Amino acid sequence: MRFDQRHLLGIEPLRPDEITAILDLADQYVSLGRRRDKHANALAGLTQINMFFENSTRTQASFELAGKRLGADVMNMAMQASSVKKGETLIDTAMTLNAMHPDLLVVRHPQSGAADLLAQKVHCAVLNAGDGRHEHPTQALLDALTIRRAKGRLHRLNIAICGDIAHSRVARSNILLLHKMENRIRLVGPPTLMPAGIESFGVEVYDDMKRGLEGVDVVMMLRLQKERMDGGFIPSEREYYHRYGLDAEKLSFAAEDAIVMHPGPMNRGVEIDGTLADDINRSVIQDQVEMGVAVRMAAMDLLARNLRARPTEVMA
Amino acid sequence: MTDILIQNARLIDPEAGTENPGTVLISGGRIAEVMREDGPTGAVLQKRAGKAELVDAEGAVLAPGIVDIGVKIGEPGERHKESYGTAGLAAAAGGVTTIVTRPDTTPAIDTPETLEFIRRRANEAAPVNVLPMAALTKARAGREMTEIGFLMDAGAVAFTDCDNVVSNTKVLSRAMTYARSLGALVMGHPQEPILSSGAAVTSGKFASLRGLPAVTAMAERMALDRDIALIEMTGVRYHADQITTARALPALERAKRNGLDITAGTSMHHLTLNEMDVADYRTFFKVKPPLRSEDDRQAVIEAIRTGLIDIIGSFHTPQDEESKRLPYEEAASGAVGLETLLPVLLRLYHSGELDLPTLFRALSLNPARRLGLECGRLSKGAPADLVLFDPDKPFVLDRFKLQSKSKNTPFDGARLQGKVLRSYVAGKEVFKSS
Repeated sequence: MRFDQRHLLGIEPLRPDEITAILDLADQYVSLGRRRDKHANALAGLTQINMFFENSTRTQASFELAGKRLGADVMNMAMQASSVKKGETLIDTAMTLNAMHPDLLVVRHPQSGAADLLAQKVHCAVLNAGDGRHEHPTQALLDALTIRRAKGRLHRLNIAICGDIAHSRVARSNILLLHKMENRIRLVGPPTLMPAGIESFGVEVYDDMKRGLEGVDVVMMLRLQKERMDGGFIPSEREYYHRYGLDAEKLSFAAEDAIVMHPGPMNRGVEIDGTLADDINRSVIQDQVEMGVAVRMAAMDLLARNLRARPTEVMA
Repeated sequence: MTDILIQNARLIDPEAGTENPGTVLISGGRIAEVMREDGPTGAVLQKRAGKAELVDAEGAVLAPGIVDIGVKIGEPGERHKESYGTAGLAAAAGGVTTIVTRPDTTPAIDTPETLEFIRRRANEAAPVNVLPMAALTKARAGREMTEIGFLMDAGAVAFTDCDNVVSNTKVLSRAMTYARSLGALVMGHPQEPILSSGAAVTSGKFASLRGLPAVTAMAERMALDRDIALIEMTGVRYHADQITTARALPALERAKRNGLDITAGTSMHHLTLNEMDVADYRTFFKVKPPLRSEDDRQAVIEAIRTGLIDIIGSFHTPQDEESKRLPYEEAASGAVGLETLLPVLLRLYHSGELDLPTLFRALSLNPARRLGLECGRLSKGAPADLVLFDPDKPFVLDRFKLQSKSKNTPFDGARLQGKVLRSYVAGKEVFKSS
């Protein structure tokens, strides 16, 4: 099994065996994370910069912890507060950071394609931690690892992704990944929250949630952004909860052993019933957080191996 | 001015739709004689030519110079992106002998005074003909019409708010009614403004994969339908700047069949590229309206072939590196095209989709006719605005070798065929390839 990527910009460029390589290594890091001594030295001597142009608590903490457990020097930059406010362009900021010779650059940005743009301009490995509505590859990988561990496999499963597909980078990355691994994907949500051209993604689309959940093995819920709630895309929060909020009744249409996932943070009572989210027999939401750290350790480890294998081009 | 005799050329006559070997004599800035090889022999011409300068075309193509409607030049306001001088050089090198400029400058060209400034600058700096268009409403804000009469007196050849679509239909209908009384040509940009606001790409699978804000192709049809109703209501002379989707074509066809005074254009980019070319967020491919599906591209080529779409333009839009080196959604729209227009469109000739007389009907004859210009023809008495080019010569485009100040072309590194050898404006050689 080989991992040939220089960056992790999205799921789209990955081969199925590269996805498996990340997940296999992540499995080992899950065990490491459960030990008292959680340290490894795969990233020792390397510098990791987290550049977050958008608010994030979970993802940033997860990347930070992943880097630290592997021995990297980790620096967090909250970009909303910095020179971006003073009119500096993304490229200028990147060039400034590039001069500090980082090895791994973790980027979250509100614009689709921002990570691709950065990757063209810097010398280090770039990890996309979410760009606009484009991709969020580590989220899809951690979801995949969670499913694989809960279901024992990552192929030939019936998986429903529910909610605001149109504005979700998590949904895009998940559709791409689960499709590459040969699963049957259903998208469930109101037509106003479905992206254009969705028919050609190789998915089944449902606007009736009970029919959409019929017999599925995995139910992935998506967060509904507050600003989409009133009037523009859906009539109201309560009508949305009535038709698309996951509760015990709707879940009863899924397979008996179906698992419930959510990328967080949850809107309890909007897209998911609070009791259900906490039901340890169905919900794997806490596992997702744990898998997140492991998957990010694995991704950075593999990228660093490729980095070390290349002759240094910037040191001169 | 000495006469010029261009011999041994392939003559493209878009009026007759023919292509013949022959000879052209230029005298006093006009085409004095056109001799086809199958007509009276060149000896007659030789005698008439007397001491004319002889140009042996060596079998290259001689066609009426291109009339490019919708060229953006950075004056006033953005001279660092393009000046009349650099645009003029680019045009001459591209076989464009008449530039018809857009008024979407800073400030907008919306008064006779700014228009006169433009004309003075253009005449000083550009070696080709420059004809300005003016804004239809003040500051292109869509609220009050400009001084259409005064602007026409000052030389405005058409009126347009460019990509600021006049969304207030009452304002537009009044401006059109007033324009109609003066016989002014109004150029529209058929894009439903609210649907298309903020869009960076055409909606569909590609847009969804890239997670970019998108506009449905239907927004073009909707806006065209509205404008057609207004043309019917007001009787205005109307030109749609760019028709780029298959869905808009039946509406255009019906309007023409019903005898409305409507013509339509399209851009070189929509004829040769599609939405997939954006690939990994390549901002040099961001144009307005956005690139369309391959089906749309094919339909637009067919519409040029049948003449349903009348005119092809470059929609030359210079942008500096800074405004393009941004995330796709934030990056500026537009591409330079004056110099690449001909070689890029020759792709359609080499692929057998369009012949040269059809291409020059859309590039030279039709735009000249629509603006009431004498040029655009290869016949006796017409102004000697001509382009001589080798349609087969291959080259790889290097954007840094373009004459424009801005280098934002999507065709950087593209393998193209077709090189302009010489350009003439009113019988004067304004470009000769080295």
